[in-house]
Amino acid sequence: MDHIDMHRLKQGEVNLGTSIMAVQFVGGVVIGADSRTTTGSYIANRVTDKLTFLHDHIYCCRSGSAADTQAIADFGHYYLQMQAQVMGSAPSVLTAAAIMEKMCYQNKDQLSAGIIVAGWDKKTGPSVYNIPLGGGLFRQPWAIGGSGSTYVYGYCDATYQEGWGKDETVNFVKNTLALAMSRDGSSGGCIRMCVITEDGVERKFIPGDQLPRFWEGKEVLGEGIQNSLKTNDLFPKRDV
Amino acid sequence: MAAASVYSSTGFDFSNLTRNNFLSEKGLPLPKATSTGTTIVGCIFEDGIILGADTRATEGPIVADKNCEKIHYITDSIRCCGAGTAADTEFVTNLISSNMEMHTLTHGRKPRVVTAMTMLKQYLFRHQGHVGAALVLGGVDSTGPNLFTIAPHGSTDKLPYVTMGSGSLAAMAVFESHWRANMSRADALQLVKDAISAGIFNDLGSGSNVDACIITTNHTEMLRNVEMPNERVQKERTYVFPKGTTAWKKEDIKKLVLSEEVTPIGGEAMDTD
Repeated sequence: MDHIDMHRLKQGEVNLGTSIMAVQFVGGVVIGADSRTTTGSYIANRVTDKLTFLHDHIYCCRSGSAADTQAIADFGHYYLQMQAQVMGSAPSVLTAAAIMEKMCYQNKDQLSAGIIVAGWDKKTGPSVYNIPLGGGLFRQPWAIGGSGSTYVYGYCDATYQEGWGKDETVNFVKNTLALAMSRDGSSGGCIRMCVITEDGVERKFIPGDQLPRFWEGKEVLGEGIQNSLKTNDLFPKRDV
Repeated sequence: MAAASVYSSTGFDFSNLTRNNFLSEKGLPLPKATSTGTTIVGCIFEDGIILGADTRATEGPIVADKNCEKIHYITDSIRCCGAGTAADTEFVTNLISSNMEMHTLTHGRKPRVVTAMTMLKQYLFRHQGHVGAALVLGGVDSTGPNLFTIAPHGSTDKLPYVTMGSGSLAAMAVFESHWRANMSRADALQLVKDAISAGIFNDLGSGSNVDACIITTNHTEMLRNVEMPNERVQKERTYVFPKGTTAWKKEDIKKLVLSEEVTPIGGEAMDTD
């Protein structure tokens, strides 16, 4: 879906092999990302901020080439500042998503950028827009992206429910990202999150040693299996 | 290929591209630009920024310059270390330094480090990685100390300690194990020296001496060759052979300078007074 095609990256380019996410809830949106930036096998930045400011109540999550997505986000930030001055009011999330989509679609041959735009506006309240690699534009109640996202589509489908409050949504984002980061080698580090509501933006930071932990396995030949090996339950001897 | 010589239209002529592709297909490699296999670092301390660099420039396996300068001037309180293609780092820092001076003159106040950072990243992004400059930009402005890395494709990172170039892994290992928040000036300088030394001794592309630059609110101090761990020393023995060491059978001395007389024919001598 939003998989990063490593061959499309230019030689030596800085890559955001990423896990990013945005979920809307009743009063706002929660966005989140891991903090790893890589150049080949080297981690160029382990505390990256991939949650990028576009306007007062609109942020984007960046995945793909660091240079491309920073350039697009910088332009989007500039455009929305101008828009706000001309219109005399805050731009809508749709406006922000549409201008980002325009940049991604019109320059699709030269870019590798998968972006999620999310935020809150007066007209529609909270909203999440996904802009995958080719430059499409899709409104979704939740969106995941980056190379780590492929591992957690099933988890999101099985877990997400409508009508959640802030705390449940924050936990959902935190758990999803932790699962994605544990399976994807290009994602990792810490989790950064933003809760965007009418009142403003609240930032959350989860250090790498305080990530949610799930089943991490035990010795393959644990007690149970060893006992059954002794009694030959698993591999009974057979006469030939 | 021949079309360019028959008709030349206005604008750029790309016929050499076809020629170069043809030649490289035939097995003739294109000339390589001088690349600074480099260790460059930057570090924030309690009242400013310290930048550091090694001084080796390489052309493939050959050391092209044993004591080059990799910390470039941007403004009085902003400096930039360059790694990658030597010519590109030199020209891009010169260009941005010039534009920053113009910016100062038009606005009548000291420019910020983010201004230089934005100019550099937009220039590098426009050239899509073909300008091979990997930079560490540091300085102090009205907002306080600022430190950035800028990769050749135009992506930037803002961190309290950074390394770049082929020796970046060795230098980062030193930073990751010894860096603390709010270090003193002396401690931070020692850390930067250690990080560059790690690059000099453990990375083949880096070598020679340590350069450092300490930038504080109202003073910038360029420490050229603060450490010289690779100085040439007196040879333990002399290898000058005494006269007559080599025996000879015959001696033949030729006169190499011939003098000839020139007789001017006719005409008056030119008035040279």
